[in-house]
Amino acid sequence: MKSPPTAGVLALQGSFAEHIAILEELGYPARPIRLPEQLDDIDALIIPGGESTTIGKLAVRYGLIEPIRRHAAAGLPIWGTCAGLIFLARDLGNSEQPRLDLMDITAARNAFGSQIQSFEADLDIPVLGDPPFHGVFIRAPIISATGDGVEILARLASGGVVAARQGSLLATAFHPELTGDSRLHDHFMARMKR
Amino acid sequence: MQNGNDSATPDSETGTWTAKTGLAQMLKGGVIMDVINADQARVAEEAGAVSVMALERVPSDIRAEGGVARMSPVEILQEIKETVSIPVMAKCRIGHFVEARIIQSLGLDYIDESEVLTVADPDHHVDKHAFTIPFVCGALDLGQALRRIGEGAAMIRTKGEAGTGDVVEAVLHVRTVMNQIREVVALPDDQLMTAAKNLQAPYELVKETKRLGRLPVVNFAAGGIASPADAALMMHLGAEGVFVGSGIFKASEDPAIQLQLATAIVEATTHFEDDDLVAEASRGINVAMKGISVAGLPAEERMAARGT
Repeated sequence: MKSPPTAGVLALQGSFAEHIAILEELGYPARPIRLPEQLDDIDALIIPGGESTTIGKLAVRYGLIEPIRRHAAAGLPIWGTCAGLIFLARDLGNSEQPRLDLMDITAARNAFGSQIQSFEADLDIPVLGDPPFHGVFIRAPIISATGDGVEILARLASGGVVAARQGSLLATAFHPELTGDSRLHDHFMARMKR
Repeated sequence: MQNGNDSATPDSETGTWTAKTGLAQMLKGGVIMDVINADQARVAEEAGAVSVMALERVPSDIRAEGGVARMSPVEILQEIKETVSIPVMAKCRIGHFVEARIIQSLGLDYIDESEVLTVADPDHHVDKHAFTIPFVCGALDLGQALRRIGEGAAMIRTKGEAGTGDVVEAVLHVRTVMNQIREVVALPDDQLMTAAKNLQAPYELVKETKRLGRLPVVNFAAGGIASPADAALMMHLGAEGVFVGSGIFKASEDPAIQLQLATAIVEATTHFEDDDLVAEASRGINVAMKGISVAGLPAEERMAARGT
């Protein structure tokens, strides 16, 4: 039997333990990533929720940006949730905070306001089918514009784009790691392997 | 192409328990820094803080100057909120629900109902379930932590002894909470009511603590953390992140040195399991605040004793 793919979860700060717990429940080996050499033997990478400025600064300080870009160019599937979406984005409007600059999306940080506007809402995600996916949005960003090669996976009822895919890159503005629903993790690991 | 607008859906729900506790989960592995103005907030964000905590005076100054310590002035809270993109927390006095309502009205991200400020109500804490904004509260043992969670706290920080630069009480309080959790986990179910009685904690939360094997919300360490090594120590003991109060901005008047120390504490917190990287982060840090030993502190000057 072929062994299941191994996931790395960027563990500089944020909800990395939650992601690792869900992956292990699904039967995927998962390990925290804090240094560049740890990227070499993983089959997929998740960038968790957290503070995108903190994650960006630590990624620069420990030399992670270029190695992740190199692995992405070689086809490593990468999924960013919330702060991870911001970290993947090519354009952040007027912010120059450090990021991977990989995915052809514009992300607006804190698009709904402060913590008081953090919310939960059910989402239709066609690639997952029924039932709706319960989305937890915490000081969440939104995808305010998408490039040509980007497929929109989910919108709020108001039309705002909150999940998208481009080749082997996946981005969600909400936190699947905070709900009991593991369908997105399964989708990412089973369908997006390199 | 442009996509839709930025408003939430009509059927979405704000102020939920998951949204409140979820923000604390996003702060894990990070450092929250006390700041008294926008300039300090900028240094904290530049260093990689996951959040800043606004207060009128840092604890070591409250200690030195005495007087009544209150919520920060509204103008300063607003200026800090406009200066940084990371979440902004602010302290209110224990039981002072109007200070809490003002902080919520200003649209900040978290309230610390804190023993570091002067107590406003000697008998009651704020009913935190009644708010949309989440609260963090201090605790020195499991019973206090679960009482605060019962009142609606979505995050706990062990108290330590603020404004001393002496980590001994922070160590004691984290160890106490972790040991009491281990004791609860080891108990058979038919002894949990007695455990709840002895802890003076809500029964349902004692049951939940046993089921999870940890506190039902995120737990950071606070109170006396002054060096990268102190921060890494708290992470080893089981804290999920750290608050640094007087430790950074009372260590030096020089913003460059403050930034260096703050950055080193962030690095040591992330890499606490890697001794080589904690050593590297500690290199060149010779300025930790002088501090005062908690052992020599009279009982009435101990902030951790407030708010039980």
